[in-house]
Amino acid sequence: MNRVISYIKTFALWELLKGLSVTQKNFFRKSVTLEYPDEKTPQSPRFRGLHALRRYPNGEERCIACKLCEAVCPALAITIESDVGEDGTRRTTRYDIDLFKCIYCGFCEEACPVDAIVETRLHEYHMEAPGENIMTKDKLLAVGDKYDAMISADKAADAKYR
Amino acid sequence: MSNDIVNIEVDGKPVEAKKGQMVIEATDAVGAYVPRFCYHEKLSIAANCRMCLVEVEKAPKPLPACATPVGEGMKIFTKSPKAIAAQKATMEFLLINHPLDCPICDQGGECELQDLAMGYGRDVSRYNDGKRVVKDKDIGPLVSTDMTRCIHCTRCVRFGEEITGMPQLGTTERGEDMKIGTYIENSVDHEMSANIIDLCPVGALNNKPYRYSARAWEMEQRATVSPHDCVGSNMYAHVLRGTVKRVVPRKNESINETWLADRDRFSYEAIYSRDRLQAPRIKESGEWRDLDWEEALSVAAERLKDAAGDKIGFLASPSATLEEAHLTARIAAHIGTANIDHRIDRRDFSDQDNDPVFPWLGCNIAELEEQDAIFVVGSNLRREAPILAHRVRKAALAGASVSFASSKRHEYFFDVDNYLSGAGLIALLSGDDVQSVVAALNKAEKSLVLLGNIAARHEAYATVRALAAKIAESTNSTLGTVSSGANSAGLSLAGVLPHRVQAGQARSSAGANAASMLDQSLEALVLVNIEPDADLLAVDDAVARLERQEFVVALTPFVSKSLLQSADLLLPIGTFAETSGTYVNVAGTWQSFAGVAKPVGEARPAWKVLRVIGTLLEVDRFDYVTSEDVRNEIAAQLGEIVPDNSYAGRSEFAKPNGEDSPIAEIDIPIYSVDSMVRRAPALQLTSEAKRAAAESDT
Repeated sequence: MNRVISYIKTFALWELLKGLSVTQKNFFRKSVTLEYPDEKTPQSPRFRGLHALRRYPNGEERCIACKLCEAVCPALAITIESDVGEDGTRRTTRYDIDLFKCIYCGFCEEACPVDAIVETRLHEYHMEAPGENIMTKDKLLAVGDKYDAMISADKAADAKYR
Repeated sequence: MSNDIVNIEVDGKPVEAKKGQMVIEATDAVGAYVPRFCYHEKLSIAANCRMCLVEVEKAPKPLPACATPVGEGMKIFTKSPKAIAAQKATMEFLLINHPLDCPICDQGGECELQDLAMGYGRDVSRYNDGKRVVKDKDIGPLVSTDMTRCIHCTRCVRFGEEITGMPQLGTTERGEDMKIGTYIENSVDHEMSANIIDLCPVGALNNKPYRYSARAWEMEQRATVSPHDCVGSNMYAHVLRGTVKRVVPRKNESINETWLADRDRFSYEAIYSRDRLQAPRIKESGEWRDLDWEEALSVAAERLKDAAGDKIGFLASPSATLEEAHLTARIAAHIGTANIDHRIDRRDFSDQDNDPVFPWLGCNIAELEEQDAIFVVGSNLRREAPILAHRVRKAALAGASVSFASSKRHEYFFDVDNYLSGAGLIALLSGDDVQSVVAALNKAEKSLVLLGNIAARHEAYATVRALAAKIAESTNSTLGTVSSGANSAGLSLAGVLPHRVQAGQARSSAGANAASMLDQSLEALVLVNIEPDADLLAVDDAVARLERQEFVVALTPFVSKSLLQSADLLLPIGTFAETSGTYVNVAGTWQSFAGVAKPVGEARPAWKVLRVIGTLLEVDRFDYVTSEDVRNEIAAQLGEIVPDNSYAGRSEFAKPNGEDSPIAEIDIPIYSVDSMVRRAPALQLTSEAKRAAAESDT
């Protein structure tokens, strides 16, 4: 008996109709995909993207070269060299993050006692030449300066949960 | 003996302790850790940090373990709730005023307070008022201060009073206002002062040249040996990515205990000096040109091959390693020259046949403090070998009679019995004043007569030694030597001497010594780690005389004006940190070490350079692969060497071979002894170095 029904269904294109009905149903539904890059998914203020080094409002670098981020980094992506700064304080002379090694775990941000190294929401970046994967101190500070408003707003939003 | 043992109980376990021991020593012996800040095994007991409080049965209150002597039947609880509560309370008080700046503190990661705060501190402070702030002091170029961090353990104060005898740090005021300082604005100047860096349990006193340049946890600790004096202090180099960041003492009770002289601690800075020779260089018609190693080595070998055997000379620094010495001696033997020497600061060689097999202290370094009488002749001991001076001071404090003879008076921080000064050494040793020293030496059971570096550089050293030996013999004392450089003993054993081959065996005919070598006109001269102007003190106008030599090869870590002027080929070699090797110290102890740092530029270990030159010269059996091969070979050849300082006194040396003039004496300042020390910026900023520079200018 089953074999007869199956035989009829095959000739009536039943499977095709069944499949098209799904298509038809979803055709009138609201779309779940986004028109990237014109549209973007919402991001948490805790999003872990490109790194930045922050400054205090008076322009002073926050980083005090304590090297805790370097120590905690599970991918050994951070390299720091430090020395006595111009004003006699502890300062970095080199602060490199290798973006190819980084796994964006956010431990550096958590370890930082002065909120100097942060991971911003930026995730759309690319490299064109070898060596551009190294974020030097100048590049990191530039990112921090450029997106200061965004970083501050994210930090403020997350502050009550920390 | 059984009266000396008391039975106590530590945490329920029965323990035997010595009578008069403090509780903390007994608990340390069985491994029951009691936290402490002010207690240090080398210092007196202060009991002012109160961190070591432990519970003792029947005692109404917790007792400080460091200041409570053990008693029969004492039951000690180091981890009982009462002891822990007392320790936690102490920690809470200590943390009231301690700043929370661990992230920028150089002590962070190796801080006793930080470690103990993890175990005994509360996570949140109950104290809401302002913290104490103390102004930092400037106590010199070696030690940085952050006095707000001080917890008043007074280890640094006790170090000054008890170990150096130069109490430059002290406390003023009391309670919360207590401050550690120098009373009047002053630097801390003792030649071992930087040990307070290690003693300080927090970050109040720290290493100034190292300041902020690395963290404790990221450096590798590699063992090495000091290359600046005949003691061979054991030390660790802390290395980050192949670069030496700082040097700390390595405990060795038989040599340097837990101390390190400032010279050994800060000389590492010279490794990264701008003067480092980066690549081999050759002088071609007056112009210097860099060349690669292959070419440089073949030029060196070529010139040595072309020169007549007895027209070749070798001069090695007294701080060259044993391996370098052995290879140099073997190359010289192959060439067939006896013009080889390391005694570059000696002026009188007339009695060299009576030299001991190697310059020996006369006893082990630790035995110095057991002497009952010590007579130091012609030595600025504190500057020549700070660790030996410390041992001598310990002997003096224990009641030994310590006397000195030197034309200039040097300051010592203990009661010196007799200080003979104001005339030349020969006059002093043959004068009437020496009789009181002789009486003291006679009275003593164990006594020692030490000949220092100033004596060895005397124009009539043979006579000085004959006189000292006579005194030693008549008083039944041991005659000892404080030698120059780190490895005079090793170089003597290896036969880097014109009159001797290995192990003190006499040569059939003696060659030219360090002083007479440059009088001749040589066809080729090899310098191993020597800077002509500053190191060749035995020779007048060393640079000019070197210039006259036909071909001078210098194996050197540094370029200097005098080398550029006098040498024809410069081969860059590693400093002690970049080479493996062995130093034989003045007590005859062999200490081998491995290279700790990445070589700078094209520099290579000197033993490797010599090995290649030897191979190019086709010396037999010269196929050493490691420096251990070289060491093992010479160790096997030397066999058992028994140090013997007995001197076959000869009457003819009653007639001095040179002038006995105090003005002509050579006392090399502590921070000018070798090319590394001279290039260590922090050491050159010390008041000691500045004073020496001012004196040499006048």
